[in-house]
Amino acid sequence: MRQPKSDLQNSQNIEHVAKLANLPLSNAELAIYSEQLDKIIDYINQLNQVDTKGVEPTFSVREITNVFQTGEQNQSLTATEALQNAPVHKDNFFVTKGIFED
Amino acid sequence: MNQDGYELVIGLEVHVELNTKNKMFCNCSTDYFGQPANTHICPVCLGLPGALPIINHEAIQSCMKIGLALNCTVAENSRFERKNYFYPDLPKGFQISQYRWPLCTGGWLEVSDMNGQANKIRINRVHQEEDTGKLTHSNRNSLVDYNRSGIPLVEIVTEPDFHDVESVRDYAKKLQQIFRSLGVSNADMEKGDMRLEANVSVRPVGSQELPDYRVELKNINSFRFMVAAIEYERSRQIAALEKGEELTQETRGWNEEKKETYLQRGKEEAHDYRYFPEPDLPELQVASQVVQIKKEMPELPEAKIRRYKQDLSLPQSAAQVLASDSNLSKVFETALEISAGKLTALTVANKLINSQNGASLLPEKVVQDLLTSKEGLIEDNNEISKLAQEAIKENAQVAEIYRKGKLTAIQSLIGVVMRKSQGKADAAKVKETLEKLLNSES
Ligand SMILES: [Zn+2]
Repeated sequence: MRQPKSDLQNSQNIEHVAKLANLPLSNAELAIYSEQLDKIIDYINQLNQVDTKGVEPTFSVREITNVFQTGEQNQSLTATEALQNAPVHKDNFFVTKGIFED
Repeated sequence: MNQDGYELVIGLEVHVELNTKNKMFCNCSTDYFGQPANTHICPVCLGLPGALPIINHEAIQSCMKIGLALNCTVAENSRFERKNYFYPDLPKGFQISQYRWPLCTGGWLEVSDMNGQANKIRINRVHQEEDTGKLTHSNRNSLVDYNRSGIPLVEIVTEPDFHDVESVRDYAKKLQQIFRSLGVSNADMEKGDMRLEANVSVRPVGSQELPDYRVELKNINSFRFMVAAIEYERSRQIAALEKGEELTQETRGWNEEKKETYLQRGKEEAHDYRYFPEPDLPELQVASQVVQIKKEMPELPEAKIRRYKQDLSLPQSAAQVLASDSNLSKVFETALEISAGKLTALTVANKLINSQNGASLLPEKVVQDLLTSKEGLIEDNNEISKLAQEAIKENAQVAEIYRKGKLTAIQSLIGVVMRKSQGKADAAKVKETLEKLLNSES
């Protein structure tokens, strides 16, 4: 069974997961999600009790292999089409907040 | 400070963009170079919701060719996985890559170190993935072009088997030659077709253990800078160890103005990619295609060098120059064939190596020029006869083989005479003289 975790550990976990998922969370939200994540982990732990030794994991429900492109080229989207839902764009480019490599 | 008491331990990751017609997981054209931004894109490579990827077979075949050229085994079962991280050049929020089930594993490549000694570098894996879009920085914004998003990319990972910069240089050069002779990539470093990352640490000479840290040198887009960064790291890390400092896992870049590496990301910020199998792509079972692919693979530079030396008696240096450029070797072989025995391999080789643009010369013209310009040619029968006698005397075994009936052995003797005359002897006369001598002495 899972060791009970302190509230601090839980909120640190949640903060880490939120950071990885690029989600800005308020303190109130952190508390809510900590509790929810706890329940999810409990559920996963319950599943983990099933003995799956020697059972191949399923990664896809369709048991097919080697599906490839047909080789023909399709008409790409035009820049106008591609950019039509972008909040900000300029000269054919999508514009985003500055990302600097240090 | 004793720099000599330490040795470098380096592992390399090389990314190479394939030159397939289509992108990796969609039918967009890859022919985007010099084209306006965001004109070679579709819902798949833009990561629009609901878009489904389909694997490009041509890319998988190229990836297998690279793996086989590096003496890898093609996996019976191979799978794609999602590598999750957020960056504006990655529209889906994950890159489709391979992690636990790479296409090719367990190979090697022989490289020369700083003492000219040959060492086997173990290849851990050769796997298939996709490239990201391209960011340009403008004022306080970043501009994103997704034309490159989804271009097939192959990653080649070595074991930490490099101990000097010369080996790294030789490895990169050999890989580039392999990509070009396989025809799978232009492998142009300046254009970003081929990118290098190095994991660098140092350890006391004699130690067999891997250091418990490694510094990742990343985003260095020139080979010269990579070499400079490795040299810099060597000194920096040794100085730190001598001072009793502890080195940790980190990512560093190269500052060309200051000629030093700088911290990009520390250990605590290390990425957590949460790989998991890509549910939208079926498993690959392509090991059975290996036989066919091997048949389609051209002769690789190493094999070509061996053949030029053994069958055509070229010296190592000439064989190397010719084999390193597949266009040049094509001109060479065609010219040699056209000359139909009237010119020696060495004469043709020298002509091409000494031309500034040997690879773009017309083979017919090369032969014609060599045959018509008798300038500087040694035609004196006595002189040629003297050299031929020397050659036979010094290569008695080869002469014996010829006399026993293996007539092609004469090529090797012609090569010796041509070398003695520094390529100036009239090849037709050399052949004639040798034949006369060999047949009369028997
Ligand atoms: Zn596309």
